[in-house]
Amino acid sequence: MSSVKVELHQKDVDKIKEIAKEYNNDPEALINVLHSTQDHFGYLPAEIQEIVAEETNVSIAKVYGVVTFYSFFTMTPKGRYPISICTGTACYVRGAETVLEEFKRQLGIEVGETSENGKYSINCLRCVGACGLAPVVMVGDKTYGRVSPDGVSDIIAEYEDAE
Amino acid sequence: MQETINITINKKPVEVEKGTTVYQAARKININIPVLCYMELEDMGVKHNPGGCRVCVVEVEGVKNLMPSCVTKCWDGMNVKTNTARVLNARKTVVELILSDHPFDCLICAKNGTCDLQKMAQDLGIREIHYQGEQSTYREDTSPAIIREMDKCINCRRCETMCNDVQTVGALSGINRGFEAVVAPAFEQNLEHSPCTYCGQCVAVCPTGALTEVDHSNHVLRALADPQKTVVVQTAPAVRAALGEEFGMEAGTLVTGKMTRALRDLGFDYVFDTDFAADLTIMEEGTELLDRLNKHLNGDKNVKLPILTSCCPGWVSFFEHHFPELKDIPSTARSPQQMFGAVAKNYFAEKINKNRKDLVVVSIMPCVAKKYERSREEFANNGDSDVNYSITTRELSHLIKQANIDFNTLEDDDFDKPLGESTGAAVIFGTTGGVIEAATRTAYEIHTGKNLEKVDFEELRGMEGIRKASVDFDGQEIKIGIAHGLGNARKLLENIKQGKSEFHAIEIMACPGGCIGGGGQPLHHGDSSIIKARQKAIYQEDAGKKIRKSHENPFIKELYEEYLGKPGSEKSHDLLHTHYFDRKKRWIKK
Repeated sequence: MSSVKVELHQKDVDKIKEIAKEYNNDPEALINVLHSTQDHFGYLPAEIQEIVAEETNVSIAKVYGVVTFYSFFTMTPKGRYPISICTGTACYVRGAETVLEEFKRQLGIEVGETSENGKYSINCLRCVGACGLAPVVMVGDKTYGRVSPDGVSDIIAEYEDAE
Repeated sequence: MQETINITINKKPVEVEKGTTVYQAARKININIPVLCYMELEDMGVKHNPGGCRVCVVEVEGVKNLMPSCVTKCWDGMNVKTNTARVLNARKTVVELILSDHPFDCLICAKNGTCDLQKMAQDLGIREIHYQGEQSTYREDTSPAIIREMDKCINCRRCETMCNDVQTVGALSGINRGFEAVVAPAFEQNLEHSPCTYCGQCVAVCPTGALTEVDHSNHVLRALADPQKTVVVQTAPAVRAALGEEFGMEAGTLVTGKMTRALRDLGFDYVFDTDFAADLTIMEEGTELLDRLNKHLNGDKNVKLPILTSCCPGWVSFFEHHFPELKDIPSTARSPQQMFGAVAKNYFAEKINKNRKDLVVVSIMPCVAKKYERSREEFANNGDSDVNYSITTRELSHLIKQANIDFNTLEDDDFDKPLGESTGAAVIFGTTGGVIEAATRTAYEIHTGKNLEKVDFEELRGMEGIRKASVDFDGQEIKIGIAHGLGNARKLLENIKQGKSEFHAIEIMACPGGCIGGGGQPLHHGDSSIIKARQKAIYQEDAGKKIRKSHENPFIKELYEEYLGKPGSEKSHDLLHTHYFDRKKRWIKK
């Protein structure tokens, strides 16, 4: 998994320490700490994982193992409008794959990547609990149901003028 | 009283304690269930049973699905069948699926003949693979001691357990998922850039050729063939207690005489013994211990105690990476391998009128970390390493086999003088507790000025991960700690860090069991009785030695008289001592 090099400021380091402390620096709470940390920073570059490892008393190799195992975690920053396509069973059988292909084609990026202007990123989800709306796509917090490949350009158009 | 349970396996009844797994119950009545990911070193605190590979499945009456025997606990009245057609079929399927994503280069693989996966395929009679796998490939990673060839990884995760749970080194972890799943250092960096100590316990337990030692046997063959070179060999104490296993001998068979004969037949010009340097280590380390102890007893508050042994390169790397703040506590004495190298390349080269560059020093070690240790810059003179090549017990066995030497029928031979003479104290360096017992034998006599009646310190022996003992130095109580396995060492180090350590001296060995369980030894395939048998052999060799105290070795005395002066002299410091480095990685600049 490729990673972006970042320079962390002391306040970032303090923030991670604060998050780890909320979970009592418990090694068992590693996944929770990573969740909160990613919520705050948007992604988990190597430098951040290093501090999480130290604060939770887990080896850095293990932290990296967890980050690369769960598709939710990412080492590259997400776009300002992160696009998530549900590929859970219900969405999959109703054509999520073709919707995903269309997003990839129109934005010219792969799953887990971010567009060069930093605006869009594509990720796959496993079931958001809205199977009745399958296939489901989320952009940020906004949900789109019964999306077809033909509807992809309309969704993207909604964000084209936004910053 | 422990509750017991009665079960039946293949129509044989067996009574087991509650909590016993089906696999353990079957072993009790000699029913062999094959395993791949499972590994246990009984009584040595090593257990790995993720239940992941599914090779050990069995049929249980009344249960629809086959059950993995390594994680299924017995229940009363359980009726198990381990070899029905359905079970065998499932096992074959599992192994075929593993093989479908595994290279087919067995004939030229370093593990050819000792691979668990190969044996499994052979035992199951697999002649065809019905599945097309990914045949995923990864880049090879070569470090100074260990090679990672992850194409051959079957994700059993034994190495991960050794590295994280047993050794607490944390260099390796399972990463990614699906066909991309592999065991690797953080951020898929090379092992060389991880906190790896090269202890080699991952290599010792890897069932396939995914983790192997860097093989230097061809370099050794080349040196032996070079008429310009005088080739000197040193053999570590634990090698003689294990090498025989590679030639079908029972574990614990001592082959000291056959080994020296074989080395001579291979063409080494001088067959010497690392044990000589172990005696030398005791002189230097023992002096340092007494020096610090006397200062402490005289009220010096600045003296660093406990003193920690420094023979084990895996352990040295461990504190350099994980406890750099304690780096002035271990003894500064070099390891026996490096003391031997320095003495050979200086004292002995002079003695036989050779330029040190024409002298090639080879070490035979039970260890893969020794390969790294020999490559450290501080152990070289103008680019010429004190020890040129370090090969493992396994590599030596390959050299002997390549040369068609019929090892089992060899006549016993002896080491050469002067660097081949050693005492019983040196031999026990090969087991946990041995170094500190050897040091105690010498330190006692020097400190008290009295003759030690009984040289066996039973209280220092054993196989528990952490042991403590008190030795009476003529009214002065000396408290000794012993740890083997780096996870156990960590516990003692945390105590030292917090100022809570009660000990005057601590011996630490990176590998479970000490060098007898080293990463370069013949593979134990999860049988801890092999390691225990080697330990017995080591003490047997000690008991049979004429001289059993290092300071009574006549050639050690001669070395000091002719060359070094006395222990701790300037020349000794120059050649036999070292210093340590802070190798902890810090991403955030302070």
